[in-house]
This record gives sequence, C-alpha cells and structure tokens, in this order.
Amino acid sequence: MSCVVEVEHLSFSYPDGHSALNDVTFSLGHGQKVALVGPNGAGKSTLLLHLNGIHPRQSGSIRVSELDVEGKNLPRVRALVGLVFQSPDDQLFSPTVFDDVAFGPIYQGLSAAEVHTRVEEALEMVHMEAYIRRVSHHLSVGEKKRIAIATVLSMKPDVLILDEPTAGLDPRARRSLIELLRELPQSMIVATHDLPMVRELLPRTLVMDGGLLVADGPTAELLSDPALLHDHGLEM
Amino acid sequence: MHANFLDPFQSRPSLVHSLDARVKVVLVVAFILTSALTPTGAWPIYVMLIAVIFSAEIVSELGLAFYMKRALLAIPFVLAALPVLFTIPGPSLLSLPFGLQLTQPGLERFISVALKSWISIQAAVLLASTTPFPDILVALRALRLPRLLVAIIGLMWRYLFVMVDETLRLLRARSARSATAANPALRPGGKLTWRARVAGGMAGSLFLRSLERSDRIYNAMLARGYDGEIHSLPVPAVPPSAWAALTFGLLLLAFIIAIGRLIY
Repeated sequence: MSCVVEVEHLSFSYPDGHSALNDVTFSLGHGQKVALVGPNGAGKSTLLLHLNGIHPRQSGSIRVSELDVEGKNLPRVRALVGLVFQSPDDQLFSPTVFDDVAFGPIYQGLSAAEVHTRVEEALEMVHMEAYIRRVSHHLSVGEKKRIAIATVLSMKPDVLILDEPTAGLDPRARRSLIELLRELPQSMIVATHDLPMVRELLPRTLVMDGGLLVADGPTAELLSDPALLHDHGLEM
Repeated sequence: MHANFLDPFQSRPSLVHSLDARVKVVLVVAFILTSALTPTGAWPIYVMLIAVIFSAEIVSELGLAFYMKRALLAIPFVLAALPVLFTIPGPSLLSLPFGLQLTQPGLERFISVALKSWISIQAAVLLASTTPFPDILVALRALRLPRLLVAIIGLMWRYLFVMVDETLRLLRARSARSATAANPALRPGGKLTWRARVAGGMAGSLFLRSLERSDRIYNAMLARGYDGEIHSLPVPAVPPSAWAALTFGLLLLAFIIAIGRLIY
C-alpha cells in the first residue's frame, strides 16, 4: 500500500546538543487518522515541523506523497502538508478571513477565479462560508481554529497536521471541532493531550516521549494499558 | 522558537564582566563624553582613547574581532557626518561636480567625527556585551534615573523578545503556506504589491496584538497592587574594589581630557 507520509530513522538535535528526535520511524496510509500523544517536550512539535520541511532534516528520510521532503521539493510539499499551528493567531496573519484563506492559492499563482473557488470550498468544508468578509481579529477562538483549518484546506493538502486543535476551546466548540475533523476526508496527524478526543476520533495512536516513538498501535489497545499511560505521563 | 540571539550579553569569567554594573555604566558614559569633548584633529588623543577601549575589550575575553563586527553599527552615524566634508570653509583639496569643494578642515572634522562614533559605539557594545541587561537597569536606577523611565526600559526589553518570538511564528506560518501549485507551469510567489499587502497585514496584526497585550499587562500590574509608583528593593553598596576601579577610570579620562585641552 502506498503511504501519504513515510518517516524513516529520523533524528534531530538542537544546536545546544539537546536531542529532540531519536530514530523515529512510522508511516501513514491514505485516509488514516492518527493521534500523536506524549508529554510536553517529547518532540511532537519538532516532528510536525519536520513533515513540511520547516525544520531542516539532519538524518533519516521523510517522504510525503512520494516526494522527498527536501530542497527543490519543499515548495510542493508545503502545499501537500497542511500544517495547522496550535495558536490560530499565528496562523491568521491577514486582516480578513478571505485574505487569509486565499494566501496559499494566491501564492501558488492560481487565477483569480480559481482562488475564489478554492476559498469558498475551503470555508464550506469548515462550515464558515458566512465569515468570508469578517475581520479575523474579532473572531472567537473556536471560529479562528476553523478558519485556520480552512487556510490550509484551500491548498488541497493530502495530509492535515494539527497541533493541539482542541486546546483552549469550550466544550461546545471542542465538540463541533471534533465533528469537523471526523467529516474531513484527508489523512491527518493530530498532536494532542486530549485523550478523550483521541479515543473517540482517531483509531491509531503514536506515543512519543523523550524524542523516541515509544508506542504505535490501535488507540483502544494503547489507551487501556495503564502502565503505558503512567510511564509517559498520560491520563485518561 | 525563541529570539535569544538578540540578547547582546555574552557570559565570560573576565574582570570586565565581574566589575560592578554601576561603575561600568558611569565609566562608559564618561568615556563617551571624553571622546565627544576631544577636539577635532587631536590625533594623539584618539590613539589614547582607542588604546583604552581596545585594552578593555581584550581584558573582556570576547576578542577584538567580535567588537569590530559589532562596531559596524557606527556606519549610519558616520554617513550622517558626510556633509561636513563640503560645508566647512577652508583651503580646497578637491573640486567635485555640482560646485562641491572638499576642504581640508572639512576632511579633518569628518575623520574626527567618524573616529568619535566608532570609539563611542565600541564602549556601548562593551557595556552591553559584558553586563546582563537587568544589571544595567539596576545601575540606571542607582544613578537616579527616573524610576518610571527605568521601568519603561525594563518592560520594553522584556516584551521586545515576546514580540520578536511572535513575529518569527507569523513568518513560520507564512512559509508553511508558501507553496507551489500542482500545475508546474504556474509561477509561485504572487505579485509584489500583494506580498507587500500581506506583510502590511502582518505588521498591523502585530500592532493590534501588542496593544491588547499592553492592556492585559497593565491589568495584571493593577491586580498585583500597582498604583502608578514603581517600588524597588534597595541596591547594595558599591564594594571598595569597584570604587577603586571607578576612581582610576575617571582619573584616566580626566587626564586624557586635560591633555587634549592643553595641547589643542
């Protein structure tokens, strides 16, 4: 089976010598949705930033949709990997919702008509069509999260990478975000501390701790292993 | 993602580093004043000032090359002095187009200004590289700079890094979405005016967020009892060895000024 994301023997250390990733290997099939869990500082964010080449790779290999994540492939890879940052305020840097969702398509050089279609489609997918003319600054956190997802959907990515999508949301906004993630057809990797969401939404789980991938398997199995959860600072 | 690279302080176990920050601030200000008071064309005095600052730089264990690189900051000030080349009357050395005359006193004045900026910038770089910023703030307070001003400088320093971090995260989010289309015939990047508008939007949202952040910070200050008055702990006394260094430094600078005044 061909995979959307293939990571092999990926290691990375920061300039101060701190090793953030240590021989990480995993792959993600088309349409698969996996959780990436582990304590703060486990290397989750570092791993995510590698997947679209924002962190230059030191050793090992990363392939996304059959493309090596390096050098001349990077511009294309960045469209295929939709990276949604934890803070929607970082993701939304334009004055209006339209400008932000249109950033990716305009940068790609698409025609004006195509840009409009892409923006409308992306906003429709996150059920925010009515917000197209709104000013991003004035939205609620939940609305900003949805718009942030739309800003990468407009690039038609093969895989969505979400960093802490439910952090800081009230129960209703969290519920509707989970429903949204369930509806989206893309493969996704969701880094999170929200284990109830993991159990409900993501059939497969990767556990990271101290830069190592310590477990990779069906969510139901991993989350019912109290010893594993305890060893890696996780709580249901 | 942290903008630690902006902090000019470089930790070393040197004598210059361990000198009391209050003494360092006074000496650096006095040194800059001395260089400003040195008459135009008093070349031996400039050599003495350079000898003093180079000695301090060598003792600080950071290496002269480090200081020479940082001292390039003086270039804009030197450029601002360019007009004196032509505006001071005197014997002409060279005639240029547009009726400009390069005069000898003009040239002397220009070289003096350039040397003064270069020497003064080095003193400031020395202070910033060998003294942690909080120590400089304490020193400014001990020297009776208005407390409100010191507090504002301190807050600026604290939140400058937060803002730079925020800017770096925005830029990272932008590059994560700067991609090429599936159709390789399309040229990525967009129009220059569009890119400028995006950058303008980013600057605007940073401004809005800073404004909101300043509100939150002020509320947090109020919540902890801020009443418009800055209170601080008393500063410990200056140790005798630091007094000795201060006296020696000031005498040396007074001596240099005196020679400059007597000879020129």
